[in-house]
Amino acid sequence: MISVRDLHKSFGKNEVLKGISLEVNPQEVVCVIGPSGSGKSTLLRCLNLLEEVTGGEVYIEGENLTDPNVNINEVRSRVGMVFQHFNLFPHMTVLDNITLGPKKIKGISKEEAEKAAGPLLEKVGLSDKANVYPESLSGGQKQRVAIARSLAMNPKIMLFDEPTSALDPELVGDVLEVMKNLAKEGMTMVVVTHEMGFAREMGDRVIFMDEGVIMEENEPSKLFGDPDNPRTKEFLSKVL
Amino acid sequence: MDAFMESHYMRVMPFLLEGVVYTLLITGVGLLFGFILGAIFGLGRLSKSKIIYGISSIYVEVLRGTPILAQILFIYFGLPDVLGFNIDKVTASIIAIALNAGAYIAEIVRGAVYSIDKGQSEAGRSIGLTKNQTMRYIIWPQAFKRMIPPLGNQFVISLKDTSLFSVIAVGELLYMGQQYYGLTFAAFEALTMVCLMYLAITVPTSLYLRKVERRLDV
Ligand SMILES: Nc1ncnc2c1ncn2[C@@H]1O[C@H](COP(=O)(O)OP(=O)(O)O)[C@@H](O)[C@H]1O
Ligand SMILES: [Mg+2]
Repeated sequence: MISVRDLHKSFGKNEVLKGISLEVNPQEVVCVIGPSGSGKSTLLRCLNLLEEVTGGEVYIEGENLTDPNVNINEVRSRVGMVFQHFNLFPHMTVLDNITLGPKKIKGISKEEAEKAAGPLLEKVGLSDKANVYPESLSGGQKQRVAIARSLAMNPKIMLFDEPTSALDPELVGDVLEVMKNLAKEGMTMVVVTHEMGFAREMGDRVIFMDEGVIMEENEPSKLFGDPDNPRTKEFLSKVL
Repeated sequence: MDAFMESHYMRVMPFLLEGVVYTLLITGVGLLFGFILGAIFGLGRLSKSKIIYGISSIYVEVLRGTPILAQILFIYFGLPDVLGFNIDKVTASIIAIALNAGAYIAEIVRGAVYSIDKGQSEAGRSIGLTKNQTMRYIIWPQAFKRMIPPLGNQFVISLKDTSLFSVIAVGELLYMGQQYYGLTFAAFEALTMVCLMYLAITVPTSLYLRKVERRLDV
């Protein structure tokens, strides 16, 4: 479903990703952990070309994103992305946030798009918030709207970049709950997270990144219980 | 009371009212085109294309780096020599305001668009919107709100700038005042009323802008 081959990414002279290879199968949930600055966000952003790739290849459902002929907008509509800081559109209501993509990209009528938004809002537990503006929502609610906005495009893959890091602790649970339900429904997910509990429970595989390389990739029970790489052990001892 | 009604303060008014129509016409139409130019070149200054960026920068720097008085003379007296036909005074004035204000508005547009959080365009692109769609539906509406106070400010500046066009004898407010005291020698009265007329437009505009600014919280 996702295939990354020897991915390199530099910002100027600063090489941030130093040869990442990674496979994600359909319906898999892959969690990425690692210290700040290790390149987790950059890796995720290369998966939908929000960052230009400087070397290697990224395949999404068999399509090579580094091929200049690829229609990147079309690929992005199949790959949802959820950001740490939500990035909701503040000048639009919750409903308009969710229906913008279907209306403008898929050419669906306003009525149809709004009808389809109903179940999505229900899914994230915000049916009563359709007509409010983002500023009146809590962080947790904002993030759930952001998830609904991505889901409105019917993506095959969802990328999450520390979706709960900007939230007050008591609001984290609701967002994780929505993500767990998505995973159970069989969504293919790549999740960069500091929530080790989530990674352990929901991850089919966990990747530990440091200094732009994958240090270890294992099943959660193995990676958290008895990691192969001493660097993994050192990192976990700091965060757990 | 009759004495006041008969005074120069009142007798100048018919002239000034005619002048203020031209002042507002030149400012209004000029700024309309100025905004279009400003939007084009302001976005051009944010372009990744070196050519578009270069052309936009040259426009902005040339128009901001030369006095508007030179610009109006250039358009009214200079250009016809090359073009081979005359430009009427009002049209020349409108062109001058449009070109001059356009350069300042370009900077307003550039700043406002640049100030919108990068996460906004990333969110738009990540759901699959094209660059243009992202600009149109996400960035521009938010940026436009932030442009309103500086655009109002530019309106006040451009309005006052039109007074310089009295040099080409376009019948705007100041020129009409000058005409009046040229005939009557009542310069003090005429110019007092000219200034009051400008203030009658600029002060309410500024007050209104401050209110908008507070509401927009910028
Ligand atoms: N747009 C950018 N320009 C320059 N350097 C960047 C940019 N984005 C990230 N970096 C650098 O890349 C490195 C990895 O960043 P990031 O992928 O955000 O790490 P993480 O998400 O693991 O904390 C950091 O050193 C960061 O400074
Ligand atoms: Mg990050």
